[in-house]
Amino acid sequence: MAEVATTTLDSRIPDGPMAEKWDRRKFEMKLVNPANKRKYNIIVVGTGLAGGSAAASLAELGYNVKSFCLQDTPRRAHSIAAQGGINAAKNYQNDSDSVHRLFYDTVKGGDFRSREANVYRLAQISNSIIDQCAAQGVPFAREYGGTLANRSFGGAQVSRTFYARGQTGQQLLLGAYSGLMRQVKAGKIELHAREEMLDLIVIDGVARGIITRNLTTGKYETHVGDAVVLCTGGYGNVFYLSTNAKNCNVTATWRCHKRGAYFANPCFTQIHPTCIPASGDYQSKLTLMSESLRNDGRVWVPKAAGDKRTPKDIPDEERDYYLERRYPAFGNLVPRDVASRAAKERCDAGFGVGDTGLAVYLDFRDAIARDGEDLIRAKYGNLFHMYEKITAENPYKTPMRIFPAVHYTMGGLWVDYNLQSTVPGLFVAGEANFSDHGANRLGASALMQGLADGYFVIPYTVGDHLGSTDLPTVTEDHPACKEALTSAMGQAEKIMAVNGNRSVDSFHRELGQIMWSNCGMDRNRQGLQEAIEKITALRNEFWQNVKVLGVGESFNQNLEHAGRVADFLEFGELLVRDALEREESCGGHFREEHQSEDNEAKRDDDDFCHVAAWEFQGVGKNPTLHKESLGFEEVPLATRSYK
Amino acid sequence: MSNESLDLTLKIWRQPSPDQPGEFREYALKNISTHMSFLEMLDVLNEQLISEGEEPVAFDHDCREGICGTCGVMINGQAHGPDHETTTCQLHMRRFHTGQTIVIEPWRASAFPTIKDLVVDRSAFDRIIGAGGYISTNAGSAPDANAVLIPKIEADEAMSSAACIGCGACVAACKNASAMLFTSAKVSHLALLPQGQPERQQRALGMVAQMDAEGFGNCTNTNECEAACPAAISVDNIARLNREYLKATATAK
Repeated sequence: MAEVATTTLDSRIPDGPMAEKWDRRKFEMKLVNPANKRKYNIIVVGTGLAGGSAAASLAELGYNVKSFCLQDTPRRAHSIAAQGGINAAKNYQNDSDSVHRLFYDTVKGGDFRSREANVYRLAQISNSIIDQCAAQGVPFAREYGGTLANRSFGGAQVSRTFYARGQTGQQLLLGAYSGLMRQVKAGKIELHAREEMLDLIVIDGVARGIITRNLTTGKYETHVGDAVVLCTGGYGNVFYLSTNAKNCNVTATWRCHKRGAYFANPCFTQIHPTCIPASGDYQSKLTLMSESLRNDGRVWVPKAAGDKRTPKDIPDEERDYYLERRYPAFGNLVPRDVASRAAKERCDAGFGVGDTGLAVYLDFRDAIARDGEDLIRAKYGNLFHMYEKITAENPYKTPMRIFPAVHYTMGGLWVDYNLQSTVPGLFVAGEANFSDHGANRLGASALMQGLADGYFVIPYTVGDHLGSTDLPTVTEDHPACKEALTSAMGQAEKIMAVNGNRSVDSFHRELGQIMWSNCGMDRNRQGLQEAIEKITALRNEFWQNVKVLGVGESFNQNLEHAGRVADFLEFGELLVRDALEREESCGGHFREEHQSEDNEAKRDDDDFCHVAAWEFQGVGKNPTLHKESLGFEEVPLATRSYK
Repeated sequence: MSNESLDLTLKIWRQPSPDQPGEFREYALKNISTHMSFLEMLDVLNEQLISEGEEPVAFDHDCREGICGTCGVMINGQAHGPDHETTTCQLHMRRFHTGQTIVIEPWRASAFPTIKDLVVDRSAFDRIIGAGGYISTNAGSAPDANAVLIPKIEADEAMSSAACIGCGACVAACKNASAMLFTSAKVSHLALLPQGQPERQQRALGMVAQMDAEGFGNCTNTNECEAACPAAISVDNIARLNREYLKATATAK
């Protein structure tokens, strides 16, 4: 058992009725007068939806912003790959949607492990996001009359998802990026592309800057400021194979964790049901096929195990449309965790299709017969094109083969209602924080959260910190800056000095295999305990046998990757410990010991209706567990059912 | 689906840093599965190089699903290789045959200086966007999204222009290293929408001026850019940019 702290975490949720909390907090918070804003310097790390929108909005208010990204330009952050859409409670379809319904669906979808007040605020803000993006020129899909179009997504019975073909993330990100570049041109944002954050500078308990490595030159830099906003995404690549971009990593959040920021619910990882299956051991990443496809595609496997006929030769009565069978109310549009587990269940039972038996069909035959190929092409053309590129199969003629893959991480750095971490002055937004999605995120909600945090929460709450905290001037010569710089440089030097025999990638792949087999779609005590031993052994081997060529002070992609894998090797252990400690099944966290007779997740609200926030105590040492208990006043605790 | 394996010869541009000269180096690669992506083939090469003690080939890549625009190399003289509307990461080895020699080079343009091996600096594109590729609207000031109606046909056309991924293949494919396709895609996207009207003139003038200042060449309507573009950006955008620029010049205050 983990050591549990006796002090309680204060989430600083405002008083008053749910619908008034955010207004109340906005009024309570300190303001910085317009003329004084230019005296403050804010560091924003990451330029995805959260980071791009936060940097632009803070600069629009008049603050001086330094924006950092490790890509060659801010427009490439991984938000760009989001396909399906963004939710908002506009009720443009007149189908009885409301702020309360979006809030309700998100709390239920998260399996009652998110913080109600945060989710309510998210639903409230959702409508302003659509307005803001339309005003920026985001080319959302429209009806012939010129109004905005919507589609349905998993976990909801209303159509509230706004989209731009199958490239919604791209268009929203380019919107935020255009706002960011406008402020760069105006001189309010200093842009640092190809620069990776390697440490957090904490002075007198307050976050005051970061250490970065310029990836082009290999040189280290110290940047001081009055607040740090971390928007560095999720940690899905701890599994090696995921739908994340290759450069997504846990380094920035992990190094903040080592400086005192608690890490919350790391075991809440989302396995997305509709991804293209792996084809060989050279596989470098997995590609998602948008959840929106489940609007028109029907998921099935043959009724007979091991049926090797081509799909078109299998008549309807010999097909098992298992989602429609098990969940008649939501059918193919059940939430992601439910759909993923159901696919795995069928494959484990021997009904999987394709060469490996690790796939199920996603079939558009009926939709094409009903609506015609042209309409299906208009809705999903780019996704079908992508599928054909990768598999050399035409999904208009033969069903797609799909299998679940690691996609999104609900866990992240713990933040209070103001999105401030346990290190004052360090704010965390977007996928990097833990707050809004509980144990399972609903489709089209990540884009909503990233932009809600960046456009409409961070600009106010960072101001409150600046207005209410004494922030003496600090310079790069401060001992804390020098200590952080030495520590960041030391890690790279240590890696270069190992000079072993094994490539960085081979360590990363092995870690991924451990995580996927022992802490993937289903987890059990013995497997998790085994994983901790294996990760520890692999980490020890890494520091004795990793091989990185070239020199440190240069453009060196291998060294970049090594630093990230070193952090994954520490972080992976925490993820497994969290999964071990959480003796219940909820959302994306499925413990085999805790399931109902018909294989559904069994929550334990008496013992686990809390956020598990972990405090770092040293590498290889047991972290301390802090619990934030969760109250459900508006959406009463209930067993989640999509039947 | 057949799963064959290929034996290949790679001729790759190696250049340690911007100020050192580069050269082609030849590598033999065996047993490459036809199901591999082009970048996975380079991953296999790099693992082989590391085990032999040679520094791996530097190349830019990230999402590996064709949307981020990070990857992009010249493959046998073609930007992103032989497939139509396909980024380097989406190109698969089934497109090649055993015994083939594949020549791999970085984008070549003076506005895209080489950083290392196959990696170039494309920050000029950011500065072109900064010169007007946006609508000036601060967070919080937007009207209801349905208050401004946009005919579906125009919204769809704007979307087609906005689909540019900023990879730079258009520049690499152009004999003049022109950035007209990139610049015109953003000018078109915003000129087609009612929200883009107030800044329409300054946008066309500012972005073209920045494009010229960065050292990109002029457009001579060869249309190689369109042929190389993985995002299907049409040269019609260039025609529109020319009209936008002419109108803006004639009516500029």
